Amino acid sequence: MTAPITAASMALDGGVLSAGDVAPEAAFVPSRGFWGHVGHRLVRDPVAMGAGALILLVVLIAILSPWITPMDPYKGSMLRRLKHVGDATYWLGSDELGRDMISRLMLGSRLSLFIGVTPVLIAFVIGSGIGILAGYVGGWTNTILMRTIDVFFAFPSVLLAIALSGALGAGIFNSIVSLTCVFVPQIARVAESVTTGIRKRDYIDAAKLSGASPLTIMRVQVLGNVVGPIFVYATSLISVSMILASGLSFLGLGVRPPEPEWGLMLNTLRTAIYANPVVAALPGVCIFVVSIAFNMFSDGLRAAMEIRQ
Amino acid sequence: MSVIPDAPDPFDRDRGGPAQPLLSVSGLYKHFPVRKAGGKKQVVRAVDGVDFDVLKGETLGIVGESGCGKSTTAKLLMGLIERDSGSLLYDGQAVGERVMPWRSYRRQVQMVFQDSYASLNPRMTVEQSIAFGPKVNGVPGREAVERARALLARVGLEPKRFAGRYPHEISGGQRQRVNIARSLALEPRLVLLDEAVSALDKSVEAQVLNLLLDLKAEFGLTYIFISHDLNVVRFISDRVMVMYLGRVSEIGPSDTVLDAPAHPYTEALLASMPSLDPDNRTQAALLQGDPPNPIDPPSGCRFHPRCTLAEPICGEKEPPLDTVGPLHRVSCLARQPGSGHSAAPARALAA
Amino acid sequence: MLIYILKRLVYVTPVAFGVSLVCFMLVHLAPGDALSAVLPADATQETINEMKAAYGFDKPLPVQYLIWLWHVLHGDLGTSIATGRPVLGEVTRAVINSLILASVATVIGFTFGTLFGFVAGYHRNSVADRAASALSVFGVSVPHYWLGMVLVIVFSATLGWLPPTGAGPDGSGNWRPDFDHLRYLILPAVTMSVIPTGIIARTVRALVADILAQDFVEALRAKGMDEFGVFKHVVRNAAPTALAIMGLQLGYLLGGSILVETVFAWPGTGFLLNAAIFQRDLPLLQGSILVLAMFFVVLNLLVDVMQTALDPRIERA
Repeated sequence: MTAPITAASMALDGGVLSAGDVAPEAAFVPSRGFWGHVGHRLVRDPVAMGAGALILLVVLIAILSPWITPMDPYKGSMLRRLKHVGDATYWLGSDELGRDMISRLMLGSRLSLFIGVTPVLIAFVIGSGIGILAGYVGGWTNTILMRTIDVFFAFPSVLLAIALSGALGAGIFNSIVSLTCVFVPQIARVAESVTTGIRKRDYIDAAKLSGASPLTIMRVQVLGNVVGPIFVYATSLISVSMILASGLSFLGLGVRPPEPEWGLMLNTLRTAIYANPVVAALPGVCIFVVSIAFNMFSDGLRAAMEIRQ
Repeated sequence: MSVIPDAPDPFDRDRGGPAQPLLSVSGLYKHFPVRKAGGKKQVVRAVDGVDFDVLKGETLGIVGESGCGKSTTAKLLMGLIERDSGSLLYDGQAVGERVMPWRSYRRQVQMVFQDSYASLNPRMTVEQSIAFGPKVNGVPGREAVERARALLARVGLEPKRFAGRYPHEISGGQRQRVNIARSLALEPRLVLLDEAVSALDKSVEAQVLNLLLDLKAEFGLTYIFISHDLNVVRFISDRVMVMYLGRVSEIGPSDTVLDAPAHPYTEALLASMPSLDPDNRTQAALLQGDPPNPIDPPSGCRFHPRCTLAEPICGEKEPPLDTVGPLHRVSCLARQPGSGHSAAPARALAA
Repeated sequence: MLIYILKRLVYVTPVAFGVSLVCFMLVHLAPGDALSAVLPADATQETINEMKAAYGFDKPLPVQYLIWLWHVLHGDLGTSIATGRPVLGEVTRAVINSLILASVATVIGFTFGTLFGFVAGYHRNSVADRAASALSVFGVSVPHYWLGMVLVIVFSATLGWLPPTGAGPDGSGNWRPDFDHLRYLILPAVTMSVIPTGIIARTVRALVADILAQDFVEALRAKGMDEFGVFKHVVRNAAPTALAIMGLQLGYLLGGSILVETVFAWPGTGFLLNAAIFQRDLPLLQGSILVLAMFFVVLNLLVDVMQTALDPRIERA
């Protein structure tokens, strides 16, 4: 609807696409290639590296949690309900059914990550496909695809997610489907604008002049230049996706008990905010920390990709 | 000799003989539709009836102010935008028809763009960019890469140092050399240089111009050289074509056009050039204001609102492109015998 | 300008129809039967058919859509299956409550966002700038439903200063602008304002820094204009975009308030949606989403027109 504003808020600001400087005529620098440069700059960014390390840690915990949780995350005890943080047995306390918090938080990272990251991954594939097609082919294909996308943009994303999962019903699969539907239009729109920008560049004309087929040009000349910016945009959505996915579970539309998931845990612990407020807030801390880590990492990645070319 | 399959050597693939123009352009039109406020449909007459020939082995310079249709003409010649009407004859064969499809035409006609950075894929090494053309034309990968390296060496970039570089790692002059190497990778006969040196520093520009002259002699090339810089055009061109608002206003040998221009517009362009000689300073600005809007060009001669020789008839009658000397044609009523313009030469003189 | 508005309207109309189609299809995405929630388990086939005919579920989909659209265009959003009351009335009451909350949150967000944004933009790379960017990252990364819980824990459960849930002391759904009701508004509004604060701060910072780096500001200073004069220029140039973002944020908050409203049991659209979803009251769900989405569409249109009217640099052709 409001193209200029959304374009600005996507904050790609054409970073990787703009021309600039003149390298010194004689300087000899070993060639790294684009991703080499990005990696080099990313490694030197302490914030992004810290965030990346944190994400890696959470992913490791998520993978290993069935084997490394200190206690059984499903087994509760009515006698040991709502233990406080720092308890000798329950290091991070216990929940309203007396289950060990740290074990549940560790195991919960599995589902929270899964339902948060999967929609963005699927939407990255579908949205890039739609957007690149619309941007490269142009014309009527573009108009029809992008007007359809506009319809989905007419819904605030939280509303769309809740409307879809509300209609589809609760469940992990349905919540992933609805979040994918929320992110596909957003990624498609970025992919379309990036591709349209690339398509107008002279090197695409030069490739046409060399007699290459449209498919070859798409594969060799376009794809490598559009995937990077779209990917960065997609990583910036993971944070939102984590919050929304856990939010759906919080509302009872996602993961169902007794499976541990941070949003769902937050919901079931709401009854305990008077008895044990710190424990009640813990799952939210996890969502917050992971979400902020994804945001920081995505910001670092974007900054690293803004190489003045 | 040639590495491109089915592509004969540039020196052997001549068909029509030396007298046959390499490229013959006639009646070329391109109007772009625009929508103005109120939804009225209008057109920009970017190229509005252009005819010219490019002779074998020559360099034809095309000059004019920005917006005169130079770049649109270039894109039309390359088929990057579709022409509304007009025909291109390449060595006597109609381009876009069965005998000379665009694909085979483009193998013989290549282009170098103005923006050296924008015309190279930032994710490809220099070598990959040059080898791309031969590869898609069926040259095996290894051979294409070898050819790319040979071309790099030929344009003065040591392959060992430059082949693996990315465009952002080399200077503007080096990038333009890469672009030239790429344009030669398909062994073309005609190379279209669209403001190819305009963005370079003066010293680098001179080196690249000399390189272009060397390559032309070595590979038997023909150039179309588009520029707004009359000095550069004078240096490199055999003939010059002056464009104004989508039309040809004068075309002829460089010396004639640039030293004794017949069209008042050419005269004005030359006079508006800064001179280093203090005794030869421009006294009055001959070219006032910007060129008129190509959406709604003036009637009659398009230059008449800015012309020093303008008379009422200039606003009524469109001047044809008439021969005034050997190979020299001008579109100006004041130079056309019997046109009704008071300065026009007598009819008998021209006959 | 009039032509511009007309063009936008022409553009918005198909989008609005698309939105209505999506809302209509929502019901048919639902697994099972739209009536299963209200029908007794032992209902005879005859009863089921009767009910289907009564709600128009026996006709083909395109016909159902056109009938539904016809009713919607006449202000008839159908009847709530759960309560039997007209959907429009239920939604209107909820929208008013949500609008109060979202507007207050937007005003808070806009005030603090522009404040932080200006300070950060004026003093780039200073401590204030870092703090402002940290705040904006916080704003977009924090799960606001959790933030709501934390605020309840701190200000209600622990300090006891503010009420934890509801919209007023009487437990009624009607908000009034008096002191007692205001106390109920504070926590949810502050919770919701965190996102717009972050986004507006980030945008305003970029705008201000951009404008200050431009040549014309240098020229103004060179002409001897004092800092206040320069400030006025910056405000005039940053205002259209900042206001546009604020308008859009209002729409996002209204549509996205369901989580926060659930935490605070605020009787708005979020609460209504929640009820509709869990009682599988599909007409109510459909109606509320349609109203909210249409509100967002209209808001977008207004923001666009307003931004164009305010910003001399945007061409109106």
